[in-house]
Amino acid sequence: MIPLSHFMIISAALFCIGLFAVLTKRNAIQILIGIEFMINAAILNFVAAGRFDRVAGGGQMFALFAIVLAAAGVAVALAIILNVYKHFRTINPDKIDTLKN
Amino acid sequence: MSAEQLAFYFFASLTLISALLVVCMQNLVRSIFLFFVTIFSLAAMFVFALADFIAVTEVVVYVGGVLVLMLFAFMLSNKELLSGLQNIAGGFKFTHLAGLLICGGMLFLLVSAISAADVVNLSWIKNGQAISENDNTIHQIGIHTMTRYLLPFEVVSVFLMMALIGAAHLSRRERRS
Repeated sequence: MIPLSHFMIISAALFCIGLFAVLTKRNAIQILIGIEFMINAAILNFVAAGRFDRVAGGGQMFALFAIVLAAAGVAVALAIILNVYKHFRTINPDKIDTLKN
Repeated sequence: MSAEQLAFYFFASLTLISALLVVCMQNLVRSIFLFFVTIFSLAAMFVFALADFIAVTEVVVYVGGVLVLMLFAFMLSNKELLSGLQNIAGGFKFTHLAGLLICGGMLFLLVSAISAADVVNLSWIKNGQAISENDNTIHQIGIHTMTRYLLPFEVVSVFLMMALIGAAHLSRRERRS
């Protein structure tokens, strides 16, 4: 049986990798991947803590809900990215700096 | 060290190394395909937390949905992007250093918080009823979905429909009049 703290440390590391991608990448799709890493780190924490909650099953249920929310978020974000590309011909967030048009 | 621990640390290191490679890789297509590896090894780690159904759902949703969407968006939006990305390779910018510092600080903060919280000895974890290897978690999840967590389930259903309509509306072709 793996102790809970090891799960949490690994999910903390995954969260920081995702944060690094969000902070430094110059491509909207890679930023999206970074956000997915952060969400997955949270799901790993849910699942690892949910192992000790057999009666209510809250960890596993909310891990399921979080996966669904992440998938919905990705669908909308990619639609937005495609629209941004149609407008600006680039998906580099540094170059998208106008609100008009 | 038992076989379980060996396998767990193997998958944990696979997750972290492939995630690092995804972040550091300059070629976007490769990094999206490496995202597969991260998701699969993460699902393997869910199995070690006795959440087999969550692991299968993760693989189905991410590989079947999210990755296909990402590749699709990438194919539709790259043209000059790929060559542009490869030209930048090797440059180390100030933003990278700042990002590295922020992430290192965050990691230090999280790890020290986890070690200070002493999660293994929390009362609800020590005294709570843990899931055992013989439990049928899918059966439990089915019952919980329709009883205790019915309201969040319905809210998620409505949210999913909103996201579907929103994505379809955003990505439709505008009529020129």
